Amino acid sequence: MLTKLFPHPGLTALLLVVWMLMLNSFSAGGLVVGLVFATIVPVFTAPFWPDRPRLRFGWAMIDYMAIVMFDIIVANFHVARLILFVRNRDLRSRWMTIPLDLHSAEAITALAGTISLTPGTVSADVSADGRHLLVHALDTGDVAEEVARIKSRYEARLKRIFL
Amino acid sequence: MTLIAEFLIAFLIVLGGAFALIGSWGLARLSTLMARLHGPTKATTLGVGSCLVASMIYFPLHGGTWSAHELLITLFLFITAPVSANMLAKAHLHRQQTNIDSKPMDGIRDGLPPPGDGTEWATFAGGHSEKI
Repeated sequence: MLTKLFPHPGLTALLLVVWMLMLNSFSAGGLVVGLVFATIVPVFTAPFWPDRPRLRFGWAMIDYMAIVMFDIIVANFHVARLILFVRNRDLRSRWMTIPLDLHSAEAITALAGTISLTPGTVSADVSADGRHLLVHALDTGDVAEEVARIKSRYEARLKRIFL
Repeated sequence: MTLIAEFLIAFLIVLGGAFALIGSWGLARLSTLMARLHGPTKATTLGVGSCLVASMIYFPLHGGTWSAHELLITLFLFITAPVSANMLAKAHLHRQQTNIDSKPMDGIRDGLPPPGDGTEWATFAGGHSEKI
């Protein structure tokens, strides 16, 4: 009964939080409308995610977000330096292939989004069988080292979040 | 206290503006499309981010109410920025592979690493790509 009413508890919570943040002020009426929407929307959109992965909420998620935030700030300064002070012909732009251990489409999307957000790397494509990720790096000396860094820093943590 | 906050706000705004400027400068001066893609994705993260943090400090300080909209803007930006960068990259890959682009750059036509296992990148696999 409860799983029928809330097929996707995480989405319900997310919708409610976003709704309350959009209202920008707390009121009982707003909360009720938010609750109604947060209940109805997952029920009607359930066919869109037939086999979604289970998420583990908690420290693993907070830890991952904190690390990504930190990396974004550090890497921003790194890329700013590259843009301002390094000549075009000295930039070692190249393609990288990252072999994936993650399986679900949602987890791969999260990894690709993280790679694009952290400056210096943009994820461009995934292989047809979903086992490899094509990434373009603005300036990297050692491709193998960079791939290993992404795998250990982001993918290993994502594996703990997406069960 | 107010003075410290004013300094902090000013610093964050200047920092955000500087990163937006550097991102745009990168867009103008880098040589290939793939390299140029790196510029704007930076401006949206730290450039917009620090302006939003400054706004979150400024308004409660000047009699306004604390607003959560900045958090939402950050959230939506972080969701949309990688997607648009990905779409641009894929369109670029297609243009190079199908010779629409007259000047092959970025080493796409000869330098693109194969994904291995005898498969192709999903962009080129046609409409028959297997389900992930």
